This record gives sequence, C-alpha cells and structure tokens, in this order.
Amino acid sequence: MITLTHYLVVSALLFCIGLIGIMTRRNILMILLCIEIMFNAANLAFIAYARAWSNLDGQIVAFFIITVAAAEVTVGLAIAILLARQLKTLNADEVSLLKW
Amino acid sequence: MVDVSFAPALGWTVLLAPLGAALLILLVAIHRRAIAGSLAIAGLVIAFLCTLQLFLQAQTGMLPLPFESSITWISLPGFTIPFGILLDQFSLLMALLVTGVGSLIFIYSTAYMSEDHAFSRYFGMLSLFAFSMLTIVLANNWIQLFMGWELVGFSSYMLIGHWYAKPAAADAGKKAFMVNRVADFGFMLGILALWAVSSPIPSQRTFHFLTLQERIPSFASAGLIPMALMPIIGLLIFCGPIGKSAQFPLHVWLPDAMEGPTPVSALIHAATMVAAGVYLLCRTFWLFEGLPSVMTIIMWVGGATAFLAACLALVENDLKRILAYSTLSQLGYMVMALGLGGQVAGMYHLTTHAFFKALLFLGAGSVIHGTHEQDIRKLGGLWRSMPWTSVTFLIGSLALCGVWPLSGFFSKDEILALAHEHHAGLYWLATLTAGMTAFYTARAWFVAFTGKAHGHHGHESPPVMLIPLFILAALSIGGGFLHIPTFLGHDGVFHLGVALASSGIVLAGLFLAWLIYQKKAVSSQQLVHALAFPYSFLQRRYYVDELYNWYVASVQQKVIAGCCAWAEQHIIIGTMVNGTAWLTRSTGQLLRRLQTGKVQTYVLVFLIGILWLLSTSVFH
Amino acid sequence: MTEAVFFYLFATLMLSAAVLVVRHRQPMYSVLSLLVVMFCLACLFIMLNAYFVAALQILLYAGAVLVLFLFVIMLLNLAPEALARMRLFTLRTAGTLAAASLCVLLFRIIETPGGEPPLSLVRAPNGSVESIGAELFSRYLLPFELTSFLILAAIIGAVTLAKQEKR
Repeated sequence: MITLTHYLVVSALLFCIGLIGIMTRRNILMILLCIEIMFNAANLAFIAYARAWSNLDGQIVAFFIITVAAAEVTVGLAIAILLARQLKTLNADEVSLLKW
Repeated sequence: MVDVSFAPALGWTVLLAPLGAALLILLVAIHRRAIAGSLAIAGLVIAFLCTLQLFLQAQTGMLPLPFESSITWISLPGFTIPFGILLDQFSLLMALLVTGVGSLIFIYSTAYMSEDHAFSRYFGMLSLFAFSMLTIVLANNWIQLFMGWELVGFSSYMLIGHWYAKPAAADAGKKAFMVNRVADFGFMLGILALWAVSSPIPSQRTFHFLTLQERIPSFASAGLIPMALMPIIGLLIFCGPIGKSAQFPLHVWLPDAMEGPTPVSALIHAATMVAAGVYLLCRTFWLFEGLPSVMTIIMWVGGATAFLAACLALVENDLKRILAYSTLSQLGYMVMALGLGGQVAGMYHLTTHAFFKALLFLGAGSVIHGTHEQDIRKLGGLWRSMPWTSVTFLIGSLALCGVWPLSGFFSKDEILALAHEHHAGLYWLATLTAGMTAFYTARAWFVAFTGKAHGHHGHESPPVMLIPLFILAALSIGGGFLHIPTFLGHDGVFHLGVALASSGIVLAGLFLAWLIYQKKAVSSQQLVHALAFPYSFLQRRYYVDELYNWYVASVQQKVIAGCCAWAEQHIIIGTMVNGTAWLTRSTGQLLRRLQTGKVQTYVLVFLIGILWLLSTSVFH
Repeated sequence: MTEAVFFYLFATLMLSAAVLVVRHRQPMYSVLSLLVVMFCLACLFIMLNAYFVAALQILLYAGAVLVLFLFVIMLLNLAPEALARMRLFTLRTAGTLAAASLCVLLFRIIETPGGEPPLSLVRAPNGSVESIGAELFSRYLLPFELTSFLILAAIIGAVTLAKQEKR
C-alpha cells in the first residue's frame, strides 16, 4: 500500500522539477515561482514524516515554512519590481552585475 | 740530528708555502709588484729548502720511505676522502724538481716580466701553479691528485692567456684547457672505476694510493675483478697523461701554448706540468705492470709522439715552437719508456729533461728579451752580442741531443737500451728520432746564433736572468753523475752498443745540420723545394687541427650541440617553462568562465557541491 | 485501496502541473499551473492528516502568495518568455543534468531496505487546529513569536523597497 516512501518519492520529484525550473527559466519572476515549488516539496516531506512518526513536529515546521515563504515572496517580488524599474529587464542572463 | 717527527711539518710546509704565497699575493699584493715577486719566490724557496731537508733525511736513512702524513678531509658515512702527503723516492725527486727549477724560473721571471702590467697576477698564478703541481706530486689519494690535476690545468690556462688581450693567447689558453678536459673525462672515469673495484663492500672502497696498490693486484689475480675490466681501467687512466703530457692525438695544445710568457713555457710546458702525466704513470705503475696490452699501447703512443713531433720540429721557424715540439718528442720518449716497463728510466729522463729544457726555454726567453724576435730566420749572429746566452743554449742543445757526457746522454740511452731489449722496431724508431732531434736542434742553434746578424742586434740579459741559466747549465752537464737512477731504484744501465749507435746517429744529425746551415754546402731552399709535399704536410701539422676543427664544427656543433639546443629550445623552454606558463594561463582562463555573474551559475555550482557531499555520505 | 487511488491521482496531477509550471512560456499560465499544484498538495496534506496545514496552504500559499505573484505579473506586463536554447554545453543543460542526478541520489537516500510499513497501519497524529495550537503555544512558542518579527521585517522591507523616489 502507500507507504512513507511513496510520498518521499513524490516530494523528491517535485523538488527536482523545481530545481530544473530554476536552472532553465530566464525570467527572474519565474525563477521565484520555481523556488516556491521547492518549498512545497519540502513541506510535503515534512508532513509525510509527521504522519509516519505519529508526530506533530513536522506539521509545525510546515506551518513555519509557509509563513516564511510568504514573507520571502513579499520581499523578493519587491526586489524584482525594483530590478525591473532599474535595469528595464527581467532577463536572468542580463542581470549579471555580480560579475563585477 | 733532526728528529723524524719534523718530517710531517716539513712535508706540509712544502705543500702549503706556495699556496700561502698565492693567497697573500691575491689578497694583499695585487698592486704592489715588488712584494708580489718576493712573496712568490719566498714561498717556493721555502718549499725547496724543506724538500731538500726531507731529501737529505731520506738519504741518511732517518726518514723511512714511503712516508705518509694525512688528515681526513671529507668524511661521509661510508666514504672518506683524505688529504695528505706521500713521500717516496719518486715524489721527493719530483718535488725537488718542481721547487728547485721553479725557484730558478721565478727569479728569472722577475727580470723578464719587469715591464709587464700584470706582474702580480702573473706571480700569483705561478704560485698557485706551484701549489697545484705539488698537490699532484705529494698526493696520497686519487681525489687529491685529480684536484691538483685540474688546478694545474687552470693555472696553465691563466698563464698561457696571461696577455689575454691578444686573441691568439686567449684562444691558446682555451684550447689547452679544453683539450685537457677531454682527456680528463676519461681519466675521471678511470679513477671512479678504480674506486669501484677497490672493494666489493661499498663502505670499504677507497681512493688511497697505497691501499689500492696492495689490493688491486691481489684482487685481480684472485679473480675478484672481471678480467676484461682491468685493461679498460688502465686505458682510461692513461687518458690523463695523453692530455696532460700532450701525447698524440691530444698534442695540439702544446705548440699553441707558446703564446704565454717564456718562463711559463719553461716551467709548465717543459719541466713540470707536462711531466705530470709521466709522473702519474710512474705512480700507478703497479696498475699497468700486469696489463701487457695496455703497456703496448702506451709505448707505441709514446714512440709515435716522439717521432711525429720530431718531424714537425724540422719545419718550424719559431724558436719557441721548435722547443715545444722537442718537448713533445721527449715526452714521447718518457711515455715510451714507461710503456716498456722502465719506471726508473722514464723518471730519470724526466729529471734531466727538466734541466736542459728549462735551460733552453730560459735561453730562448733571454733571446726574446734581448731582440724581441722569435723567428730564427730573422735572428743570427747572436753569439757575438749575447755570448752567455749562446753558450748556455749550446750546452742545453747538446744535452737535448744526448751527447756524452751531458746528462741527456745517460737518460736517453737508458730508454734506448730498454727499447732495444724489448722491441726492435720501436728501438729503430727512437734512434731515428734521436738523430732528427740532433738535426733540428743544431739547425736552430746554427741559424739563430751563428752567421751574420739579420738586423736584430740583441743585448745580453741582466744577471738576474743569467744566473738561473748558469745553474741549469751546470745541472745539465753534471746531471748524469748525480746517481739519480740509484736513488730511484736501480743503478744506471749502460749498454755499449746502444750508446755507440745513438752517439753515431746524433753526430750524423749534427754534421748534416752543420753542412746545410753553417757551411751552406747544400741550400736549404733547394731541399725545401725538392721535398715540397712532405714539407707542406708537416707545415700543416698533419692537418690534425683541421681535423679537430672540422669535427667540432660539423659533427659536434651541428649534431650534438644542435640536438641539445633543440632539446633546450623545445623541451625545456618550450614545454617546461612556456608550457607551465601556458598551463597556468589556460587554467585561469578556464576558471574565469565560472564567474559569469549570473545567479543561475552559482546555483549550479551550489548544486554540484550538494551532490558531491550527498554522494560521499551515501556511497561510503 | 481508495487511499492508493487518490494518492496516485493527486500525485500525478501535481507533478504534471509542476512540469507545466516549468515549461510554460506565458507567465500567467505558469502561475495558474502552480495554483493547481498547491491544490493537489493540499489534498495530499488532508490524506496525511494535516488538516490545519492544508487549510493554511490554501489560504496563505494559494490565496495570498500566488495572488501577489499574479498582481506583480500583471503589473509588469511580462511578455511571453522565449524558451532558453538548450545547447549541449550550456549552463542550462548542466543544470538539468545536475538536478536529474540529484533526483537519483535522493531516491537512493530515501529507499530503505525492507521497506516501510504502509501508512494506514501507523497511528495517525491529530492534525486538528486544537492540537496544532496546543503545540504551537507550548513547545514552539519562541519560534512562533519570532515569526512575527520576521513578518514585520518583511513588511518594512517590502514597503521600503517599493517606495517611489521622492522628487
């Protein structure tokens, strides 16, 4: 039947899909979106472990993750808007100011 | 009565006094000519007196020979090199020669080089030479001997090229050094080979002469050394004398060495340094005794050198060059003697040769000093303007020819007797060479000293230069009666038949020269015309120099040096030096690609790091 | 049995939507696909007895965060993104490969010899609001309070960053 492993496999796949998204997308906002996918994958893993170990700790952690993700998205989008205003572009290839 | 315990002190003084003089001159007296000259002479005279004292001690039996005194110079685990003095009849005789004749030549030089700019450097180098020569003579082990060997080569180079501003002199110095280097390579291999076979146990191998003298023959007969190896070692060691004593085919440096000042030619290239090779053969006679094949090679090399050099002297016109070729010829005699097994004969001839050849060279120096001319054709009638020089030169010439009762007669006849005993062909060759020696020596004397002056009126030399000439002349006359062979080992040999034959051919040579050059009964020009082809061949000195030049230019430089240059250019510079730079630069270029400034790149690097960490924890 | 059906249903839906998020060129479609992912995830949470968290997921994540994204995208009027060219030696290929290897590695880490017991046999935790609340306000009180600071910081940050320059 469905075991912990199933959920973990799904979580791993979701994580890696998010990772691929980060690596391949050019738009900064889309990269932020793929980061959200990764957050969700982690959440799934935590909840699954909470279920498997009959614990509430995993669910508490998932709660905090959601909160933090919300805060992070807020600030991240604010930065993205600033970037769009300054550099007139959201292309990840052109935002290479870190080189200097 | 001198206590024997003084002997070590005396011995070390002999060795170190000239060195001290050299160092003092170099440090203190470079610009003070008078002090330099006095220091050098003092150093060598002190050495001479000490040697004389040691000699007298040995004669009276107070000093048992062989006597040794040495210190450990280098001590490594399993390997020690001593530094010391070994006194036996041969080293004492050589030391007496070097210090005695050397002192006379030093005194002579003060007058000869009085107008030279580099007076102090000259005397410093002469003292260094004396020290090096004494190192060779008194050495008690191979390393010390080789050190002295190379040092005399160096001093010779410095002294030949004393007037280095003159290109011919600088080239001659270089040539001498390089030719000797070639020979010393084989010599060094021989020394190392001898060391290697001196014991199967590495820590017991030695360079020490007396130890080797005991061990090697017994090892060889016991079969501990491969039979094929001993002749090779002997030949390799013989390479040293081939170079130093200017045997054929490495004789080419000696005539060119006449570019140096004449006292240098007298001391180094007549009396002492070139005799070092003969001395070495004497020292290592125990090695060659059991190697008949190598002895044969040695005697033929000596005989060939004697004959070929005498031929070359026939066509020379430069006074010093004639004497140089006669030195070559006499050296050939000495080497031949040793090849025939005559240790005593070779050393005897070495001693008498030192006397009369030094005399001849100093006399030539006197002529040059007085007339500033070296070509005998431009001289003439010197017996009127330089009587003392002429007389002493005549005495030296007669000694060289081997006229009874001068010293040269006795020593040369010992060698001829030895040759007569062992090998007829070599005996006739040597006798013919004796005749030729007489001819060209007489030619030189007749053309330069008799007849009418060709314009260069010389003046007699100062007493400082004449007194050494007188002393050497006395030694040349009386040297045969000093019982030298007895001191060396066995009594002098006298073979009536050989003596008569040699005297006969010498007189024939003298008469022929008198006919052509004094009486002018046969014109020398016509002779030269008639024998044009041999004459030009001899003038070009058998084209040996051309052969060497061709070899160096075409084979060595093009092939070997070319390969080395290619290797250096492409492998060392191209690959190792430039390659390292290229590698560093390329790596830098490559690594620069990592710094794209893009976040996604950094995420990738991060990811790879995580992958690596996880995999090490999972897969271990 | 039913559990398995639902699990596979939601899991497949979620993963396909995730792939769509990554592959769509239009930003709007990506965001909407992410919405589907969130909903499927909430359903999975409910299957795992995490009722409160599921509700939070819908309310906060789908309801607030994604709406924020939508607003920003609409504000910035993004053009459809040109697909990145995936040549052989680019960063993106390397990245994809690295992510794939990470996936394999994670599978290796996850699998246990002997397997896990089916979840239906394990005692389920009580994921209701009361129990979460009890935990949150007893054992996890400090992180809870600190989160408020975090949110405060985020608010200040967002306001400061997005402020227009005063002329």
